[in-house]
Amino acid sequence: MTYKLLAGVAALAVGAAFSAGAANAQSRDTIQIAGSSTVLPFASIVAEEFGNAYPDFNTPVVGSGGSSGGLRQFCQGVGENTIDIANASRRIKPSEIEACNEAGVKKIIEVRIGYDGIVFATNADKDNFALKPIDVYKALAAKVPQDGKMVDNPYTSWSDIDSSLPDQEIQLAIPAGNHGTREVFEEKVVLPGCEEAGLPEMSEDEMKATCLNFRQDRVTEISGDYTETLARLEANDNTMGVFGLSFYDQNRDKLKVATMSGVEPSIDTIASGDYPVSRPLFFYIKGEHIGVIPGIKDYAEFFLSDDMAGSGGRLEEAGMIPAPEKELETQRQNVEDEKTLSASDLQG
Amino acid sequence: MSATDTASASAPVDNQLGAVRAGLKRRHAQERRFQMIGLAAVFAALAMVAVLFGSVLFKGMPAFWQSTLHLQISLNADVIDVGPPPVQKAGQNPAEFEAELTDWRRALARVSWNKILEKAVRGVLPADLADAKTRDIVGIVASGERYALRDMVLEDPSLIGQTIDVDLLADANVDNWLKGNIDRSLGQSRQQLSPGEQEIADALAEKGVITQSFNTGIFFNVDSRSSPASAGLAGAFMGSLYMMLVVIMLAVPIGVASAIYLEEFAPTNRFTDFIEVNINNLAAVPSIVFGLLGASIFINWMHLPLSAPLVGGLVLTLMTLPTIIIATRGTLRAIPPSIREAALGLGASRTQMVFHHVLPLAIPGILTATIIGVAQALGETAPLLLIGMNAFVASVPSSPMDQATALPVQIYLWQGNENFNFFEARTNAAIIVLLGLMISLNAIAILLRQRIERRW
Repeated sequence: MTYKLLAGVAALAVGAAFSAGAANAQSRDTIQIAGSSTVLPFASIVAEEFGNAYPDFNTPVVGSGGSSGGLRQFCQGVGENTIDIANASRRIKPSEIEACNEAGVKKIIEVRIGYDGIVFATNADKDNFALKPIDVYKALAAKVPQDGKMVDNPYTSWSDIDSSLPDQEIQLAIPAGNHGTREVFEEKVVLPGCEEAGLPEMSEDEMKATCLNFRQDRVTEISGDYTETLARLEANDNTMGVFGLSFYDQNRDKLKVATMSGVEPSIDTIASGDYPVSRPLFFYIKGEHIGVIPGIKDYAEFFLSDDMAGSGGRLEEAGMIPAPEKELETQRQNVEDEKTLSASDLQG
Repeated sequence: MSATDTASASAPVDNQLGAVRAGLKRRHAQERRFQMIGLAAVFAALAMVAVLFGSVLFKGMPAFWQSTLHLQISLNADVIDVGPPPVQKAGQNPAEFEAELTDWRRALARVSWNKILEKAVRGVLPADLADAKTRDIVGIVASGERYALRDMVLEDPSLIGQTIDVDLLADANVDNWLKGNIDRSLGQSRQQLSPGEQEIADALAEKGVITQSFNTGIFFNVDSRSSPASAGLAGAFMGSLYMMLVVIMLAVPIGVASAIYLEEFAPTNRFTDFIEVNINNLAAVPSIVFGLLGASIFINWMHLPLSAPLVGGLVLTLMTLPTIIIATRGTLRAIPPSIREAALGLGASRTQMVFHHVLPLAIPGILTATIIGVAQALGETAPLLLIGMNAFVASVPSSPMDQATALPVQIYLWQGNENFNFFEARTNAAIIVLLGLMISLNAIAILLRQRIERRW
């Protein structure tokens, strides 16, 4: 009897698990989102509010994995076991669009939701920093120009770089390559700083490679989220970390922010464009899934509504910098028209 | 032997005895040293456990008591202007009725619950704060609580127009402020709560409107980012429960069946040796490898849904299988051969011998093995991250195919939350819950072993 019971249970369990799994794979009714950890808090808030405001739709599920990770998942193909929306803290690359198209994802709808600032912060009890891009470049480059030649980076303290900076040992925690933040950090801070430093004559590619070659002994690349960077700062209190503005804003008791080119980062200075290190935030909708997975368009419209992404909305409260009304209107129109993006749109 | 005896003995014997004594003394000293080292090791281990548990308890316990507002709220029918819920009329087509009901629920979601909350809080504010800003007052209450109000009305529409007593969670930053998680002496620019909100929070705490009450929400709410104060473990708990069900339903039958075959029926040859070596190897494979395997086979190839407890359960089954096989084989091996011989001698077939005599005696051991395997699977995190179970899910999964997280993954997610001041305690509270579950599972295993296991 025991034997029959055991065999019966086993057969039932295996059968039920697999048939149910297969059946369900055909009828997912919850929107699945993944991508940038910078966008994640904002997308999660919208997802939750969306689930509450629309009783007829499930609350979307928001995963992380970084902008690149999210877009890679997004471009895996069309089907209910692939994600519907990818969050990104940088724009999609032409190569990613090509990969998407090849896998059958041809209708990519781009939505720009707002802006985020990237700030440099130290432990709250440290001295004030007034940084310029060139200071950051000199702090983290593997080789710096001196008398027209590239030499190994000699700086050990910030005051060696510029006497107006505090005498604090150079230690930097910067986002690793899986984060969209890294790209903005390189483009808006390191490259301008590098240009200003005046490297010797060399080809453009070589120049870029030299500029982005970081010293390993004083620069730590963080592939986790900002709490990991914060933990670095607590472990070694000389460390300066790179954070998103919203993260800094919620941890002002522990962090002190550095000004960049004389401007202090805040929602106002970033919205006005005075603070140089900011970037737009995006999400990408898989057009093929609209109408298949219920609620995708409603979610996007809800995201762009005044209560959420608009100025004074929930996302501004959470630290996102809202886009100007006119831009939001364009985005709403794009979602309405399901305007798709192709690789050629990204040129220029 | 006494000292006077040895003193009277001759010199050579004396010498010998001296050598023996010295040797004995050395050996005793050695033994004492060894015991001391052992004892010190035990204390060191205990101290580490104590430090770990102590720090988790110390940091986590405050999260179970959370700032809660006790308010009288009048659910004014003028503000909740949605009318009675639709009733299905005779002959009305169900789809039409469904649409009507959805409209009504949407209307209820759009009601300005903040206005109702503001009125209730204003009612209990001291006179000197009468001109407090709306924004500051609304900011005191956790933003998710307006939906809790909505759900109350949704469940019982007759509440509209009544005045009810409710307990509402305060905002996460109010909780931080009242608990002193952020040093109050820091300047205003470094505080999370605006000065207006600080005054209101202090005044209400003094009046007893806000108290630190036991927070059941941490057990019964789902995760929340929009309203951190209401974040709870319900979704993660259900996700873990579904995964454990899948593990039990798959790993136990498969594991026990393979153990029985290998132990009782299989011939001893190179092939079975090879299988045995591989099962032992499987037990030593790092769990992240199972996660990678799960992602590529269950999700990419079999097209099972992402973030589903079913997939998590399958991956954990792979991980638990060797544990169960090895432990079950051990139990079977411990059953004396005389029982098998007696059964065979009385004419039972080998299958009858196994299922009528050996297996019933092995069940306590198998149960213990299962519980230990499940406890191990319950705490596993790494493979789940690779199959998308680290997503933010704000609903309780209703089946193993719905998206969900698991308890250890929830700990990981809360640890990474940007509102670190608030979530540090919550993270540790989640650890307490998980540890509690594991300790009780292990206790059940020990109890079972002592109660029903037979020793030979």
